[in-house]
Amino acid sequence: MAQAELASELGLEQLATRPERGLWSDAFRRLRRNRMAMVALFVLVAVFALAILGNTSETVQRYSPGLDQDYDHIQEGPSGLHYLGTDNLGRDTWARVLEGTLISLQVGLGVQVIVLAIGLLVGGLAALGGRTLDNIMMRITDLAYAFPDLLAIILLRAVFADRDLPLVGHDASQRLLVIFAISFVAWVTIARLIRGQMLSLKERDFVIAARSMGATSLQIVFKHMLPNTLGPVIVAIVFGIPLAIFAEAVLGFIGFGLPPPTASLGRLISDGYAYIRTNLYLVMFPAGTLAILMLCFTFLGDGLRDALDPRAR
Amino acid sequence: MTGYVIRRILWMIPVLWAVATITFFLMHAVPGGPFSQEKQVPPTALANLNAKYDLDKPILEQYGLFFWHLGQGDLGTSFSNQRPVLDIIKEGWPITAELGVTAFVFALAIGMTMGVISALNHNKLPDYLGVFFATAGTAMPSFVIGTFLVIIFSVKLGWFDVLGWEFGNYRKMVLPVITLGTLPAAYIARVTRASLLEVLNQDYIRTARSKGLAEYVVVLRHTIKNAMIPILTVVGPIFAFLVTGSFITESIFVINGIGKRFVDSVFARDYGLIMGTTLFYAAIVAFANLAVDLLYATVDPRIRYS
Repeated sequence: MAQAELASELGLEQLATRPERGLWSDAFRRLRRNRMAMVALFVLVAVFALAILGNTSETVQRYSPGLDQDYDHIQEGPSGLHYLGTDNLGRDTWARVLEGTLISLQVGLGVQVIVLAIGLLVGGLAALGGRTLDNIMMRITDLAYAFPDLLAIILLRAVFADRDLPLVGHDASQRLLVIFAISFVAWVTIARLIRGQMLSLKERDFVIAARSMGATSLQIVFKHMLPNTLGPVIVAIVFGIPLAIFAEAVLGFIGFGLPPPTASLGRLISDGYAYIRTNLYLVMFPAGTLAILMLCFTFLGDGLRDALDPRAR
Repeated sequence: MTGYVIRRILWMIPVLWAVATITFFLMHAVPGGPFSQEKQVPPTALANLNAKYDLDKPILEQYGLFFWHLGQGDLGTSFSNQRPVLDIIKEGWPITAELGVTAFVFALAIGMTMGVISALNHNKLPDYLGVFFATAGTAMPSFVIGTFLVIIFSVKLGWFDVLGWEFGNYRKMVLPVITLGTLPAAYIARVTRASLLEVLNQDYIRTARSKGLAEYVVVLRHTIKNAMIPILTVVGPIFAFLVTGSFITESIFVINGIGKRFVDSVFARDYGLIMGTTLFYAAIVAFANLAVDLLYATVDPRIRYS
């Protein structure tokens, strides 16, 4: 009661009556006001739906991306028969681009899942597990800085090539191995971020308060510290998606990608590039798709960063 | 300061050793050997070849031999063209360096100009355009940019060549430089804009304005100079961009620099060349980072290394 009076005395009713909003609903509201991010989100949802439909439903896909060869229509431009034209073997570009898009999305998201798992484990241990672990972590970081990312990814990919994982088929294991090759290099950024966040949170008043009230270490880590690292981690993860998509596309482009006839966007671009003087459509559609994917994830990441950390603007 | 530099340089030795070790065992884990892929080599010839390059020895002995030779300044022989790796690197690196330095200068010029224009027109149309292009530039894969540039300017308009590199010949320079330089340019533009906006909010800028200085004096003397420091910090990451960008750009435009050699060497399982190019890149990045840290200390007197 006294509080309400005080508020009215200070002319703060506005503040007091404003419905309570948590960090997340506040962030979501800010994100919704960011036009570029919303457009990007909309496009991504559409591309996602199209990629999944295009790889499951015959009516959308229309042709098999790797196997259907239409020798009556080779190196053609867009038409009703082949929406985006055909390549030098008469394969349907529409179906191949849809397959490549799905691969890009799988790699982009798959890498983030692994990176998050490794990053939480290593970053958390480095911050909370004492000096020795922290030192090892920092030496690994030094090493990662000295080793150019893509060099390491290419080497790892070459190591994994022609090997198959048990239980899953050839195609799935090749995709997983590409994801592993990229993840094993990409986790360092997230681990460092989590380590830094945890180290600074460890000294915060609310953590000290929780500890002094007798919370166990597990409670402090999972209830007080982890939720507070989420904001920056989400932003880093979303920015990590286009980087992973790019790495996969580079592998495909220089010839270390998924084995043919699988069509990843990078391979489609490199194949199309060979016919740049005769058939521009072949390179334009996959290149455009890749550009749209990366742009949208970047704009979404930008929006999320502004939404989750309003001070950073 | 001297002590700091010496310690940093000594610290590079274990880092480079670790890079070499990881690369060594990774490349030996790659399926297939240097002589197992092309047309069938008779078994005796294969044995002879393997013996000639010590490939028949146990892996740990090969590992030891590599460092033994490295200690004597010998990076070994490239299997695919039977020449010392050192010669190939000596031949390739000026090309990569020319490309990298030109792209760096391009990125600095374009990026800083864009960043300054954006910041001085904060929240107006030029700023929105600048931010959009900077974001798009960081997101666009370099080979997509390269592809579209080639389509428009080489195939359609015929202004530039489709492939090759020749320093001084603009027909062979413009497209590779833009392809490699766009990402760093966009990155520099973002940092320049943020840094300038920060400085423009400082009290001493208000003081400079209120004492009646012309706007261009305020911008040139008081703002840009102080905004330069954060820009320097991103030069390190930019070197890493240029390194990874170089083998994409060199692959697109068929430029025989270190980057393309690395890609080719992994394909050919050319162990000597893989080690040589990887170590070369790692050393360049390490020295670049050191140089940036030292430069940082010279520009900003508040930073002292001991």
